[in-house]
Amino acid sequence: MKRIVSTLALGAALGLGATAALAQAPSTTLRNIQNKGFVQCGVSQGLAGFSQPDSAGNWTGLDVDFCRALAAAIFNDPSKVRFSPLSAKDRFTALQSGEVDVLSRNSTWTIQRDTSLGLNFAGINYYDGQGFLVRKSLNVKSARELSGASVCVQTGTTTELNVADFFRTNNLKFEPVVFATADETIKAYDAGRCDVFTTDASGLYAERVKLAKPDDHMVLPEIISKEPLGPVVRHGDDQWFDIVKWTHFAMITAEELNISKANLDQMLQSTNPEIRRTLGAEGNFGEALGLSRDWVVRIVRHVGNYAEVFDRNVGPSTRLGISRGLNALWNKGGLQYAPPIR
Amino acid sequence: MAIMTDGTVPARGTSATKVAFFNDPKVRSLIFQGLALALLVFVIYSAVSNAVTNLSNQRIAAGFGFLDQTAGFGISQTPIAWSESMSYGRAFVIGLLNTLLVAVVGIFFATILGFIVGVSRLSPNWVISKIAYWYVEIIRNLPLLFQILFWYLAVLAAMPTPRNSYSLFGLFFANQRGITVPKPIFEAGSGAIGIALIVGIIAAFAVRSWARKRQAATGQQFPVVSTMIGLIFGLPILAYLASGMPVSFDYAQQGRFNLAGGMTLIPEFVALTLALVAYTAAFIGEIVRAGIQAVSHGQTEAGRSLGLAEGRILNLIVIPQALRVIIPPLTSQYLNLAKNSSLAVGIGYPDMVSVGGTILNQTGQAIEIIAMWMGCYLTISIVTSIFMNWYNARIALVER
Ligand SMILES: N[C@@H](CCC(=O)N[C@@H](CS)C(=O)NCC(=O)O)C(=O)O
Repeated sequence: MKRIVSTLALGAALGLGATAALAQAPSTTLRNIQNKGFVQCGVSQGLAGFSQPDSAGNWTGLDVDFCRALAAAIFNDPSKVRFSPLSAKDRFTALQSGEVDVLSRNSTWTIQRDTSLGLNFAGINYYDGQGFLVRKSLNVKSARELSGASVCVQTGTTTELNVADFFRTNNLKFEPVVFATADETIKAYDAGRCDVFTTDASGLYAERVKLAKPDDHMVLPEIISKEPLGPVVRHGDDQWFDIVKWTHFAMITAEELNISKANLDQMLQSTNPEIRRTLGAEGNFGEALGLSRDWVVRIVRHVGNYAEVFDRNVGPSTRLGISRGLNALWNKGGLQYAPPIR
Repeated sequence: MAIMTDGTVPARGTSATKVAFFNDPKVRSLIFQGLALALLVFVIYSAVSNAVTNLSNQRIAAGFGFLDQTAGFGISQTPIAWSESMSYGRAFVIGLLNTLLVAVVGIFFATILGFIVGVSRLSPNWVISKIAYWYVEIIRNLPLLFQILFWYLAVLAAMPTPRNSYSLFGLFFANQRGITVPKPIFEAGSGAIGIALIVGIIAAFAVRSWARKRQAATGQQFPVVSTMIGLIFGLPILAYLASGMPVSFDYAQQGRFNLAGGMTLIPEFVALTLALVAYTAAFIGEIVRAGIQAVSHGQTEAGRSLGLAEGRILNLIVIPQALRVIIPPLTSQYLNLAKNSSLAVGIGYPDMVSVGGTILNQTGQAIEIIAMWMGCYLTISIVTSIFMNWYNARIALVER
C-alpha cells in the first residue's frame, strides 16, 4: 500500500512537476533542509544495528548515525533529522519523488541504480556480501548442497537477483518465495515455508535474532556477492551530493587521524596540519561545501568517527558482534578509504 | 427560474420559439462538453509532457524497452515455462496468468460456496441457518488481508515439514511446501485425447439442446445429465485407450529438501484462494438470500398448487427469477475478487502486482508498470462485466 502511495506520489510529482524537489533548480536540497529545519532520511523498517527504532521510538544504528552526522554537520544538532522507514521496494521511489532527502538504508551500489534510476551513491559505509541462513537440523555444510531448496527472499533487492544467479551458475534448482517486507520474509522462513533465508550477511545476523530459536539456525560459509552499501541521493544536486559524500569521508578521516568524541577538545589544539585542516582550523573547506567551517568538529562531537559508530552499533561488543573485516581502514587491512581533506 | 414579486412565475413559451443561440440547451451542453473534453486533454497532455521532461532531466530511463531485458529473478509458480534468463515482459505475463488463475478458481468456488451459504440462511433448519448467519457476519466483518495472513499461517502451521509429508497412497503429498500430485506427461499422440474432450463437450451440449427442444415439442424426457457426463468423460477415455495410452505420470519422490517431481500447488496459492473464496462467499451468500427473498412467495405457492415437487419449484420457478436480482451485484463481487487478489503480495504469491512490483523495483520503471497494472485490471474487469451483462440479458424476463 505504502509503495502504491509513494509510487503514485512519484507519478504525481513527475507528472505535474509540483514537488519542490523536482521543480526547482539544482542545489536547492540544502536550502530546503535549512528552511524546514531537519533532514528527512530514508531508513529500513527495522534492521538491528543499522536502523531500528527502540521502544521509545528513538532510531539507532549505523545507517541512522549517518543521518545524524548529516544533521550535526548542517544544524550542529544530531536530533534535527526525521526518519522515514522504507521497505526495499519503496526506497528508491521515495528518494526519486523527493519524499526523503537522502536514503541511508543498507542499499547496494549497482550501475543500474546509479544510472537508470537517476540516483547517485555517495560512498560505501559498509562493505557487505550475501550469505545464506539455514536450519542446523538440515545438516547442510555448504551452499552448493542446496539444490531443490526453497529460498525466502525480499523483493526489490539485489538479493533476489544474486540468489537466482548463484543457483543458475551452479546448476542447482531452487524455489524462490518472494515477500515484500523483511518481517514477512523472516516470519515465513521461521514458519517453515523455506529451507533457506538469504540476504546481506549483515542482515542475516540482524534478522536471526528475530527468530523463535536463533540457535537452531546457522549461516553457511559462502558469500556469493559483493554488496557495497551506502547512502544515496537524487541526480541533479551536486552540492548536496558533495555534502553527503564528504560527511562519510569526514568520519573515515577522523578515525584515520585518531580524532574521536573523547579527545576532540585536545585535537582542536593540535599542530598537525592534517588535523587542523580537517577540523577547520586551517583552510575553509566546510564553507566551500555550503556548511560551516567546523563541520567535522560537529560531526565528531555529536556522532563520533567511523570506528565509534561501527563499534557502538554492530561491533564485537554488540549483539550482532560483527568484526571490522573489510570495513577496517585501508591501512589496517580493510577497504575504508577517504580522499584527503585539503 | 425567477419568481415575480407578486409571487407568480413568469410565463414561459412566448419567447421559447426564439431563444438566443447561447441559451439553447443543446448548444450549451455541446459547448460545456467540448470545454470539459479540452480541459481533460490539456491536463493529460501537460502531465505526460511534464513527466517526460522531468524524467529526462533526472536522467531516469522511460519507455517500454525494458520489457525485453533479461529479468534475472526466479518465480515460484509459473504456469508457462520460465527461466531467469527470460525477459521482464514474460515475467509480467506469468504474474498476469497467476492473477487470472486465482481469480478464475476463486470465482468458481466462491460462487458454489456462496449459493450454499445463501440457501442455508433461508433453510427452515434452525442450526443450518444460524451457522450460515454467523459465517456471513464473522467473515465479512474481518479485513481481508488479515484473513489471507490467517489462512497462510494456518496452512503452514497445519502442515508437516517436507521430510514428514502426509501422503496418500504414495501418490499425493501435503507438506509445508504445498500439495503435490503426480504430473501427467503427454506424449506423442495424446492430442487425440484433447480433441475427444472438445468433441465430447460440444456433443453434450448439442444433446442437451436437442432434448430440450424435444421436450418442449412432445413432452418426452431424456436422461440428459447422464448422457452429458458420459460424452464428456467417456470420449476422452476411449481416445486414451485407442491411441495406445500415451499419457504417463511423473511421481513425486522424496528429495533432500523437498519432494522432487510431480506437480505442486504452492501454499501461497492455497491460502490466497481459501481466503478469497471464504470472504467473497459471505457476500455472495447475502446476495443470493436477497435474490431468493425477492421472488414473491405467491410464485412458490402457485408452483405447489400445480403439483410441482419442491426441487422443481426451486429450479424452475424461484432460481430463474432470483437470478435476475442476483446477477448484477454478483458481477461486482466477481470484480472485487479479481481485484482483491492483488493482496497476494502480503504472502508472497507471485501475482501480477507482486511480480510487477519486482520488475518496477529492479528497473525503476514506475510509471510504465503502473500503467500496465491499470491496463490489465481494467481489461479483466471490463471483460468480466461484458460477460456478466451478456448473461444478465440472456436470463432477463422474456415478455410474451
Ligand atoms: N543490499 C540489498 C538488500 C537490502 C535489504 O533490503 N535487505 C533487507 C533484508 S536484511 C532489509 O534490510 N530489510 C529491512 C526492511 O525491509 O525494512 C539491496 O540493496 O538490494
